[in-house]
Amino acid sequence: MKKAHLRRWLGRASLRRTTAYVSVVAPSPPCIWTFLIGLPVSSPASTQATSRLDTMRRVSLGSSAMRRAAAAMLVPLLLGPAGARAGEEPRRGGELVFVVPSEPPSYDAHREETFGLIHPLAPFYSLLLRIDPTDPKGARIVGDVAESWTESRDHLIHTFKVRPGITFHDGQPLTARDVKASYDHIIFPPPGVASSRKGAYAAFESVSAPDDHTVVFRLRWPSAAALGLLASPWNFIYSAEKLRRDPRWYEAHVDGTGPFIFVEHVRGSHVLGRRNPRYFHSGLPYLDGFRATFVKSASAQIAAIRGGRAMIQFRGITPADRDQLQKALGAEVRFQESPWDCANWIAFNHERKPFDDRRVRRALTLAIDRYEMASALSKITIVRDVAGVQVPGTEYATPPAELETLAGYGRDVGRARAEARRLLRESGVPDAFRFTLKNRGIAHPYEPVGVYLIDQWRRIGLDVTQEIIEPAAYFSMLRGGDFEVAMDFQCGYLVEPDLDLYKFQSADLSDANYARYRDPVLDDLYRRQSRTTDKAARVRLIRAFERRLVDEEAHYLMTLQWHRIIAQRRPLHGWYITPSHYVNQQLDTVWLAE
Amino acid sequence: MLPYVVKRLLLMLPTLAGVALLVFVLMRVLPGDVVELRFAGESSFASKAQLDIERRRLGLDQPLWLQFVQWIEGVVRLDFGRSMWTGGPISREIALRWELSLEVAILATTVAVLLAIPLGLLAAVRQDTWVDYAVRLFSIAGLAVPSFWLGILMILGLLVAFGWLPPIEFTPVYVSPGRNLAQLVWPALAVGYRYSAVATRMMRSAMLEVLREDYVRTARAKGLWPRLVLSRHAVRNAMLPVFTVIVLEFAFLIGGLVVTEQVFNLNGLGMLFVESIAHRDYTLTQALVLVVAVVTVLANFVADLVYAWLDPRIRYA
Repeated sequence: MKKAHLRRWLGRASLRRTTAYVSVVAPSPPCIWTFLIGLPVSSPASTQATSRLDTMRRVSLGSSAMRRAAAAMLVPLLLGPAGARAGEEPRRGGELVFVVPSEPPSYDAHREETFGLIHPLAPFYSLLLRIDPTDPKGARIVGDVAESWTESRDHLIHTFKVRPGITFHDGQPLTARDVKASYDHIIFPPPGVASSRKGAYAAFESVSAPDDHTVVFRLRWPSAAALGLLASPWNFIYSAEKLRRDPRWYEAHVDGTGPFIFVEHVRGSHVLGRRNPRYFHSGLPYLDGFRATFVKSASAQIAAIRGGRAMIQFRGITPADRDQLQKALGAEVRFQESPWDCANWIAFNHERKPFDDRRVRRALTLAIDRYEMASALSKITIVRDVAGVQVPGTEYATPPAELETLAGYGRDVGRARAEARRLLRESGVPDAFRFTLKNRGIAHPYEPVGVYLIDQWRRIGLDVTQEIIEPAAYFSMLRGGDFEVAMDFQCGYLVEPDLDLYKFQSADLSDANYARYRDPVLDDLYRRQSRTTDKAARVRLIRAFERRLVDEEAHYLMTLQWHRIIAQRRPLHGWYITPSHYVNQQLDTVWLAE
Repeated sequence: MLPYVVKRLLLMLPTLAGVALLVFVLMRVLPGDVVELRFAGESSFASKAQLDIERRRLGLDQPLWLQFVQWIEGVVRLDFGRSMWTGGPISREIALRWELSLEVAILATTVAVLLAIPLGLLAAVRQDTWVDYAVRLFSIAGLAVPSFWLGILMILGLLVAFGWLPPIEFTPVYVSPGRNLAQLVWPALAVGYRYSAVATRMMRSAMLEVLREDYVRTARAKGLWPRLVLSRHAVRNAMLPVFTVIVLEFAFLIGGLVVTEQVFNLNGLGMLFVESIAHRDYTLTQALVLVVAVVTVLANFVADLVYAWLDPRIRYA
């Protein structure tokens, strides 16, 4: 009851005019909650309250803000933090060895796209904000370099206080100027410098650093996603001085303020890091160092975990690999599972007939028995949940009962297929109409999903062939529109509607809209959900967006949400799965029991 | 001998120039480009303008003939340029993997030679006996079983029997010979076995042919000790085609162990090759093809020299 009440109270508090968030470092003991919210879990409650109040006095904000901040700190206590489970006393020392299936092209997170950069390099850097590493939904935002932050009444100005005493690994102090320079590098890159996610920051007008400890972000319009965007795991904080001398310096060098110091990178082999003794989150990290070994082959990754050459692979493994490891290692291996913020979508090329007709597109989605598909495919590949446009179980996800009202999501598949056949007849599509599904030449989950869809479409009288395209040629095909129907996919680094829905805007707004449609209604819904600060209103707008995208217009066909499975050797502790394989990779809270 | 060597060396140049032109054109014909793969892969936010910035930076907006000329100018100066994927010097990327690939090739060749020559010889001498059948079975199995599959079996066998896996990172032999061998001996065995199967069959058939030659019959007829007949008259002559097979296979091993390297997680040239093509890293792929072409041409050159040295009829012709 207490938990539910507190959640409701927090929900109301978020609507109030000024909000403030506090993130405090307590000197001891070294527990994850200590640095995330300033709450030493193993200490007496009275002491905790005193230290927190001291901190809040320093922040000195209005009373509602105080209540919000205090409640934010109490929540983890009442909900029971995963980071400080009973009997899990963190142990210091040891080297964590993990395998990474991909290798970073360069070291610059502001420009690269692959998780192969995040996994070995995130431990060297800090962020302004980060995702709480113990939040299983991967959505709770806490301070990293930011000590506290406030938001103006009109939601246009976000002001951050930067922790004092942070130093780069080369000994230079970190100030607000470095944070500003890093965000300028991301949002307003100098000519000739590519910033991959610049488009996500359209709402941001400017970044300024009025003093050494304050960073101010000014927005053009209120953005519900502002904090999420600032907590992006890609937004490593770089040195202003190094960026000034050479905006491309970080492509070939590493110098951050993170829990580990870069030792070496041997291309094709490994990245090595050692403990940063001056890390600003006191008492962390627990590990002496880490070794990220690049292993491209999936079977070699599993063999590495099985043979004890590696503790974990942080991206995800297939159900078959999970079962194999379970059988071979028994109690020596543990598994964590979560819905994955990745999904396969089917893009209908609106410039090709008959896929320009929404009745045809609706027929194709109505033909799918998603529940049977989920049951069958979850046994063999990395998909599981029937979902809409948001990861199931997260803040803005449509509840299952409501989802069933969307085209192709109903339980009565016989009726849906009868409707699909009627729509095809009505739109003049002949029986045994032939088309090609172009699929990406990657085994999991693309090929099983493609095969399953073809079978489903055959049941409404369509004759579909699958053409597998080499991964390297796949994006050219998609971007060039050289397809009738194609498998598309999307992976998010954060469960945040602005990020997840961006690609579905009209083709003139989103270069990743491979279905090549223009839909001003959808664009308007996107814009409105992005700019509202009223959560209930945002939920309604996202629902409307979803209904238009996958039901009324059926611009895209959502298949299934991916399902993330992580296998870890028993000695590894302090790492918790989230829906994104991009977050929670700083490794400062990870420790080894042996 | 010198005119022969010079002639063979000069013949290499048009071969390598042809390879360079061919690989340059083929890479450009393939769909997909490095910029799209790097920036439009997992993200929804990379705009066309961003992609164009990168294309300009890599010189991909220039005419093809100009790109080719600039590349060839570099190659002539032994400067292969920079990888389009990593931005690092290509010479460093190759040098990093060269040691491992060369070592695996040498080890696999050693395994192959140690198996193939005695087995092929034995099978020929004991033709149509159980020894011959056993050797033929062994060599046919080697041809039928892909080396990567054998590698997977080895790994599984080690895991199941001993709960042990070979190291997954390369350690140079001068740093730790034990650790180095613990990693490389397995792929060398897997590849060497297949390699030996080819050489064993070649050795057997060459020996059978030589053993039927008049000069061998003459040597036997004059009462020469059978072992001497074999070693001095038969084996030396039978080795000519076997040597060719060994040299060509060795050249192939330098860049061709694509799947085996993945199975054993070897950071070698084969894996680099696959990745460079998968990333559409034009400059790196072009350099790797040239390197492998040079190794192959040189291996052929060495084989020709040895032939000419062993058989004077060749150099005089």
